[in-house]
Amino acid sequence: MTPDSFNFLAGLVKARSGIVLTADKGYMLETRLGPMLRRESMQGLDALAQRLRAPRAEALAAEVVEALTTNESSFFRDGKPFEHLKKLLPKLAAARPPGQPIRVWSAACSSGQEAYSIAMTAAELGPALGGRKLDILGTDISREMLDRAQEGVFTQFEVQRGLPVTMLVKHFKQEGQRWRVAPELRAQVRWQFFNLMEDPRTLGRFDIIFCRNVLIYFDAPTKSRVLGSLAGMLAPDGVVYLGGAETVLGLTERLVPAPGERGVYEPARATAKAG
Amino acid sequence: MSQRTCLVVDDSTVVRKAARRIIEGFGFRVSEAKDGQEALDACRSALPEAVLLDWNMPVMDGITFLRAARAEFGPDQPRIVLCTTEAELSKILEALSAGAQEYVMKPFDADILRDKFTQAGLLEEAA
Ligand SMILES: C[S@@+](CC[C@H](N)C(=O)[O-])C[C@H]1O[C@@H](n2cnc3c(N)ncnc32)[C@H](O)[C@@H]1O
Ligand SMILES: [Mg+2]
Repeated sequence: MTPDSFNFLAGLVKARSGIVLTADKGYMLETRLGPMLRRESMQGLDALAQRLRAPRAEALAAEVVEALTTNESSFFRDGKPFEHLKKLLPKLAAARPPGQPIRVWSAACSSGQEAYSIAMTAAELGPALGGRKLDILGTDISREMLDRAQEGVFTQFEVQRGLPVTMLVKHFKQEGQRWRVAPELRAQVRWQFFNLMEDPRTLGRFDIIFCRNVLIYFDAPTKSRVLGSLAGMLAPDGVVYLGGAETVLGLTERLVPAPGERGVYEPARATAKAG
Repeated sequence: MSQRTCLVVDDSTVVRKAARRIIEGFGFRVSEAKDGQEALDACRSALPEAVLLDWNMPVMDGITFLRAARAEFGPDQPRIVLCTTEAELSKILEALSAGAQEYVMKPFDADILRDKFTQAGLLEEAA
């Protein structure tokens, strides 16, 4: 692949998704886009770049971006955020007017483990939530992952990552070698295509936002922009959860670390700014 | 500080060796048994903190060991993690009601064992 083609492909992916492909990712392009090249009978990445420069390449461009997303996820990933969530949900439930659901957004939900872990956390709390409903929204730019998330069927390998066996037997139904999420959990989650490069205000306000392990793929200005918009959609007593390798420090002043917690961020208040 | 201990019980040498390597990586001192009876004898001479337990074995199978161990040593010690090709929901429920803390469906890898040891309270969540 010529440097020109690489730069073109990297530019396209960054413009459409925020994902930064550094010069050492040539090999990754080859492996991830290989199946597509063969299907389209294209000679290589130069030919692909050329096709994408021509008009009416929209569907192909979307497919390229999707192929370059990294979709790894697991149930109750990193543990700690869900322990925090378990303490937070009853507080929010008590603070909201009767009948108003707690709105939770799994931004970059991949195959859905994060959103279902949120639903399970609420289910385990039971009466502590006083019958309060959760309205969970899972969004991603990978249509394939959204389909998988919606189907809610996981492999034996996937259900053994992060998921306690007691929750497996309680919240899943076995189908041969696979496990299907119970309808009660699925009913709490909606799935929608959403690109974090777009204005998220159309999605409404949220009490809780999980935006984990996606900012790592973006450059600093993009991270700042996304974090700033998340802050603008958050209830004053709400929180944002970020991944283990992600932070707000140096990126936005609208969110601050929750005292004594890791990976939990709150809207900045006047006092916090003064201090 | 004395090292933490885990007994790996499986009739397959290959599985025992693979599990041993992974669990030693978690910082445990590992011993092995090739059936439930050997495991019970080992527990009587020195109770390990954790047992990784196969189901199908000659002489004494895993579920028989599990029930015997719970009757003899109580509900919490040792922590027992099943590790078996038996992947039917009914088997999982049987093991849980017999007092297993966690359940691994083979094949397993280091990530699965780490997660299951964590859920069984044997390892801290990696921060
Ligand atoms: C590593 S997964 C993280 C899944 C989950 N949040 C977790 O922490 O386990 C990253 C996800 O981000 C999605 N993604 C990447 N760029 C995105 C964008 N611009 N808008 C929305 N989702 C994006 C990918 O499709 C992928 O599914
Ligand atoms: Mg066996």
